[in-house]
Amino acid sequence: MLRRAPARPAAGPPVSAAAHLTPAQVDALGAELDAIRAEVEASRGERDARYIHAVIRTQRGLEFGGRALLLFSKFPPAWIAGTAALSVAKILENMELGHNILHGQWDWMRDPKIHSTTWDWDHVDPAEFWKRSHNFEHHTFTNVRGKDRDLGYTIMRITPEQEWKPADLIQPLTNLGLSLIFEYGIAMYDVETDKIRSGEKTWAEAKPQIATTLRKIGKQAAKDYVLFPLLSGPSAVSTLVANLTANTVRNVWSHAVIFCGHFPDGTETFDEDRLEGETQGEWYIRQMLGSANLTGSKAMHIMTGNLSHQIEHHLFPDLPSNRYAEIAPKVRDICRRYGLPYNAGPLPTQYAKVWKKIIRLAFPGGHERYGAPTAPRATVARLRDRVRKTPARIAA
Amino acid sequence: MGGLARALTTPLFPDDILGTVNPMWSRRTPQARVVRTVRETADTTTLYLRPGTPFAEHRAGQYVGLGLRVDGVLHWRTYSLTSRPGDPLLAVAVTAVPGGLVSERLAHGTPAGTVLRIAPAAGEFVLPEPTPEKLLFVTAGSGITPVMGMLRTLDPAGVVLVHSDRTADDVVFGPELRAMRGLQYVEHHSATRGRLTPALLDELVPDRAARTTWACGPAGLLDAVTEAWPDVRVERFAPKRVAHTAGTGGRITLATSGIVADAAPDTPVLTAAEAAGALMPSGCRMGICHTCVGKLQAGAVRDLQTGELIDSADQPGRPVRTCVNAPAGDITLAL
Repeated sequence: MLRRAPARPAAGPPVSAAAHLTPAQVDALGAELDAIRAEVEASRGERDARYIHAVIRTQRGLEFGGRALLLFSKFPPAWIAGTAALSVAKILENMELGHNILHGQWDWMRDPKIHSTTWDWDHVDPAEFWKRSHNFEHHTFTNVRGKDRDLGYTIMRITPEQEWKPADLIQPLTNLGLSLIFEYGIAMYDVETDKIRSGEKTWAEAKPQIATTLRKIGKQAAKDYVLFPLLSGPSAVSTLVANLTANTVRNVWSHAVIFCGHFPDGTETFDEDRLEGETQGEWYIRQMLGSANLTGSKAMHIMTGNLSHQIEHHLFPDLPSNRYAEIAPKVRDICRRYGLPYNAGPLPTQYAKVWKKIIRLAFPGGHERYGAPTAPRATVARLRDRVRKTPARIAA
Repeated sequence: MGGLARALTTPLFPDDILGTVNPMWSRRTPQARVVRTVRETADTTTLYLRPGTPFAEHRAGQYVGLGLRVDGVLHWRTYSLTSRPGDPLLAVAVTAVPGGLVSERLAHGTPAGTVLRIAPAAGEFVLPEPTPEKLLFVTAGSGITPVMGMLRTLDPAGVVLVHSDRTADDVVFGPELRAMRGLQYVEHHSATRGRLTPALLDELVPDRAARTTWACGPAGLLDAVTEAWPDVRVERFAPKRVAHTAGTGGRITLATSGIVADAAPDTPVLTAAEAAGALMPSGCRMGICHTCVGKLQAGAVRDLQTGELIDSADQPGRPVRTCVNAPAGDITLAL
C-alpha cells in the first residue's frame, strides 16, 4: 500500500518571532537593554584594561614563541608545537584583538596603541575596508536582505527568500573553499567585486582599493611564505608549510565561528522596508533574532573572540568583549520574559546546522524548513498572554 | 635591517614587540620610571623619573607631558621640569589639586617603580641666551616650579625672586630657596599679608622697573601683573578664560575618525572629543603649545581665552587649538 506523507498544515504568512510584542513592550525591552549598556559603560575600568593588555601580551608571546620554534621546524616536535602556537596566536590576533579593537571596543582607554583608528591586523583585508563593510554595513543592516551583504557574502544562498539560481548548486563546494581561504574571501568581498561586475562601482574607484589590498596580501605573504622560511635555513620548507597551516587553521576556525553567528536555523532575516522608522527597541530585536550564540568554556569564548556571544555583540558591538559573558544571563533573561528566542548551542551542533542549510538551499525552495516562521495565530496569542503575565518589570 | 625587522613583524612594528617585552624599551611610546619620590609639602611631591629611551634635553622652564592610566583610561597632564638640563634624572613637582583625577594620584599614589608615559619637553617660558642681566621672578603657589628649574640652572647671583604662598609651610622648595646663595629671596605669606599686587611688588623690589620680569602663578596674579607691566613674561597653568563668551555648544564631527561628540557651551573640543573615545593630539591643554590643532572644515568655534569667534565660512580650513576652543554650533574638524 502506498502511503503518502501527511499533508503539511497550510503555511500562513510569515510571522516574526517578535510578532506578539506590542509597541510599548518593544520600547520597554529597548529601555532594559539601554540600561545594560549604560551599566557596562559606567563600570569600564582598570580590570578591563588589564584584560586586553594580557591578551595582547599572550598573543605576541605565542606568535613569536611559535615562530622561534619553527626556525627548527625540521624536527617534528618543534613543527607541531610551533604550528599550534602560531595557529592560536593568529586566531587570537584576528578575533579577540583585531575584530574587537577595530570595532572600537577599547577606544575608551584612549591608548593610541589600542585604538580602532590606529590598529592594524594580520589579515589580508586592510583594516580600513573591513571597518566600513563590517562595522557599518553589516552591523547596521544586520540580516536585512538586499542591504546586509554578509548574508551569503554575495556568493551563496543562505536564506530561501534569496532567489535560487542554478549556480547555487555548487555552493557546498564554494563554502568549503571559502572556509579554507577565508581571509582572502573577506578581502575580495570588501573590494566588492560583485558591485564592479554590476557596474555599481567603477574601475577607477576599485583600482586604488585593489592595489591597497594587494600590498597587504604581499606583506603577509612575504612574512609567512618568504622571510620566516628563509630565516629557518634547512627548515625552510617545513616552516613554509607550518605558516600555511596556521593561516588555514585560522581561516577554517574563523569561518566556522562567523557562519555560526548568523546562519544556523532559527536566525531570522528581514525585509528592507523594516528599516523605515525602526525604533531602538526594534533594532535590538532585529539584532537578537538575526544572531546565534555558541556555548562552551571560557577558553572557547576567548578563541572565538567572544563572538560566541554573537547576540550580545550585535546588541552592543562596541562594548568590551570580556563583558559579553557577564551580560549574557541578563540578555537571556530579557528574551525569556519577552517570549523571544535566544538561539544558542555548542559549536559542532550549530556548525552542522549551517552546513545542512547551505546544502539544502543549494537546491530550489527550502521555504518550509528555513523560511520565516509561520507561527499560527494561536502561538502568537499564547506568547502575548505569557509576556503579559510576566511580572512587573515590563508592565511599565 | 630595520626594513627586515619591520617586514618580519608586520602589521606591528619591531618597537611594539620591544614595548611588549618591556614598556621602557619603546621609542614610539616613550615611558619613564618613577625612581624615587620626595614629599615637599603636604600636597606636593617631587617625582624623579628615568626615561626608558633617550630623552631630548630640555631647556630650564619647559614642561613635560606625563601620561598616567587611571581606571583604565590614559590621561595626560603637563608639569614643569624642576631638574637641570642634563641631570641624570628628570624631576617634576606635582601639587595635588583637590578633586584632581590625575594630580592626586601622581602626588600621593605613585610609588617608586611606577611607569608613566612621557612626552617630549616643550614650552616657551625659557630664558633667552644670553641670560638677561637683571632678573625678577614673581611666583605664587606651584608657579615656583618652572622658576625652580631656572634657578637651579643659572647663577642666581643678583636675581630677585618674590614668592607668595599661604604660609611658610606651603612653600614648595622652601628650605632650598631660603638657603640659595646669591639669590635675593622675598617670601610673602598671603594668609597674613594678603595677596601679591603690582603695587606691593614695586614696594618689595625698588629697582623693579630696571628688571626683566618673569611671572608664574594663579590667573589672578598673572592678570594683574600683565595689566600693570605689559612686557612681563608669564606662564599659565590653567587656560585664561574670558567670562560670558563661551560657545553655544554643539556636535563635533571628526572627519578622519568619524567620531561624533556633543560638547556643552564651555567644554573645549578636546575634552568633549576625548570623552567620546577619540584619540586627539594634545599637549599643554591650555592653549600654549599648538600640539592639539585641527583644521576647522565646517561650523564655528569660540576661543575660550579671547572670546573670538572663528567661523569656517570666513576662514575655511583654519587650524584651531582644540584645547581652548568650544563649538559654537555643529562643527567638523579634520582630525
